[in-house]
Amino acid sequence: MPFRSLSNIQDQLNTGSTTAVEVAQLYLDRIAQYNDTLNAFVFIDPEHVLAQAEASDAYRAEHGARPLEGLPIAIKDIFCTQNGPTRCCSNILEGFEAPYDAHVITRLKEAGAVLVGKTNMDEFAMGSSNETSAFGGVQNPWNTDCIPGGSSGGSASAVAAGLTPAALGTDTGGSIRQPAALTGLVGLKPTYGRVSRRGIIAFASSLDQAGPMTRTVKDTAMLTSVMVGHDAGDATSVADAPNFDWLKACENKDMKGLRIGKPKEYFIDGMHTEVRAQVEAALKKCEELGAEIVDISLPHTEYAVAAYYVIAPSEASTNLSRYDAVRFGHRCDKPEDLEDMYARSRDEGFGAEVKRRILTGTFALSSGYYDAYYLKAQQVRTLIINDFKQAFEQVDVIATPTSPIPAFKSGEKTDDPLTMYLSDIFTIAVNLAGLPGLSQPCGFAEDLPVGLQWIAPAWQEDKILNAASAYENATDWHTKSPVKFGGAA
Amino acid sequence: MDINVQKIANLSRIRLTDSEATELAPQLSSIMGYIDKLGEVNTDGVSPTAHPHDVAMPQRPDVVTNPNRRDALQQPAPRTESGLYVVPKVIE
Repeated sequence: MPFRSLSNIQDQLNTGSTTAVEVAQLYLDRIAQYNDTLNAFVFIDPEHVLAQAEASDAYRAEHGARPLEGLPIAIKDIFCTQNGPTRCCSNILEGFEAPYDAHVITRLKEAGAVLVGKTNMDEFAMGSSNETSAFGGVQNPWNTDCIPGGSSGGSASAVAAGLTPAALGTDTGGSIRQPAALTGLVGLKPTYGRVSRRGIIAFASSLDQAGPMTRTVKDTAMLTSVMVGHDAGDATSVADAPNFDWLKACENKDMKGLRIGKPKEYFIDGMHTEVRAQVEAALKKCEELGAEIVDISLPHTEYAVAAYYVIAPSEASTNLSRYDAVRFGHRCDKPEDLEDMYARSRDEGFGAEVKRRILTGTFALSSGYYDAYYLKAQQVRTLIINDFKQAFEQVDVIATPTSPIPAFKSGEKTDDPLTMYLSDIFTIAVNLAGLPGLSQPCGFAEDLPVGLQWIAPAWQEDKILNAASAYENATDWHTKSPVKFGGAA
Repeated sequence: MDINVQKIANLSRIRLTDSEATELAPQLSSIMGYIDKLGEVNTDGVSPTAHPHDVAMPQRPDVVTNPNRRDALQQPAPRTESGLYVVPKVIE
């Protein structure tokens, strides 16, 4: 049961062979058993979880099932949720309780989901290993000496270890796809503007998107179909976004006629040889399924990380100016004056990585440097967007490795911020271009999961789901689960 | 690159101790050094991206829709009084 898919649990609930309360209790028991080891959840209120499950069973009996009736979903600590703390895993939000639910949380509740708790993450989603969390790091269930990826590391670890069948994450530069890859899950970053960002604590507003982390492609489609849709409360939520039948898009069994672009800039010297071999093997499999592999080039790829580390910190330095110790958040003891209150509260509340990013962004936006950094980065971003536009004139989807390396050891990269930043080289360009990207498991390297990334033109997640479903149907990587947590590798 | 960390910290309204600033200086220099790579790209005549998609920002009718939730929204504040946020004295 713990490693079953959402749709499998849904079938059992629909046939009456289990109840939402039984399902919730099973995962609560697993959280109680394993969370001390993994540190995947930072807040759990078992009574509230069971109350939601009871209400769901009652709703089903009276009105029938809604789209996510009785299904447990864990929530990254970046989503505002009522009934408990929302901290973005930062000390500056100690004691904060959100006065409203994020838009997507409302959508999940209306669909009958049972919210199981808040998951660990890098502070303000700034990190690739979950090690910048104010609550400490998270273990990767496949090897507990390793990080689970980040910033949605708690969500990844929780799903991979069977503490919840699905979780929500957010992705600014790879924060859903990279941890999904490093823990053997499916994770989708939808097209920018597809999912409302209202009530999601902002990091970099031109890049942030929320999405699901699940065991199967169909589960990802099922959750995303509930999360999407226009919200007048987010000015970047697109009103007339092209839509499609998300579940139907997962019925593909072959890839006949599909043209898959293989960008040479994503298969490079210096990447892990076994990761590369697994992704190459996955592309061979796609060929067997009828796809045509087309060699393409995305020539500005090597500048994506540099552009990102100007744009994301610049937006973050602006977004995080709201932590002023006036309206919410930590306030220092006995401030001498207003300036002292701002400066000391922010020094005490923010961790080292968050400070680094605020300082980098403030520098890039400061007088005399704006043109050389911020403007230049946004111009390079245009060139990156154009690269993708040209590529999609030749191919339907693009396939790449999600991460150049498998999960690394905890502590291995914390001393050198730049090395850590470079672990996102294959995910960042997708955010800069606002495109949808999905990671799915495609093998193992050093006994750790490897992720295959699919990229499609804006609003064409259906093409990704078609391809990923066909690949999943022909392979069994998504059925593996870590033995140490009761799974079957 | 030489970055005046204390000046940037002041603009960011973050107080840094001298030892924090000393530790951060080489890290920021190394990050900005990597970012200087952007200078290699010819961007003559390229428009900067303002939005990832080619869409116009939406507008809504100019009517009041927010209910009065002052008390709930002020609940997380460190200090309030009579519906006002309380901060250290600004004007002597």
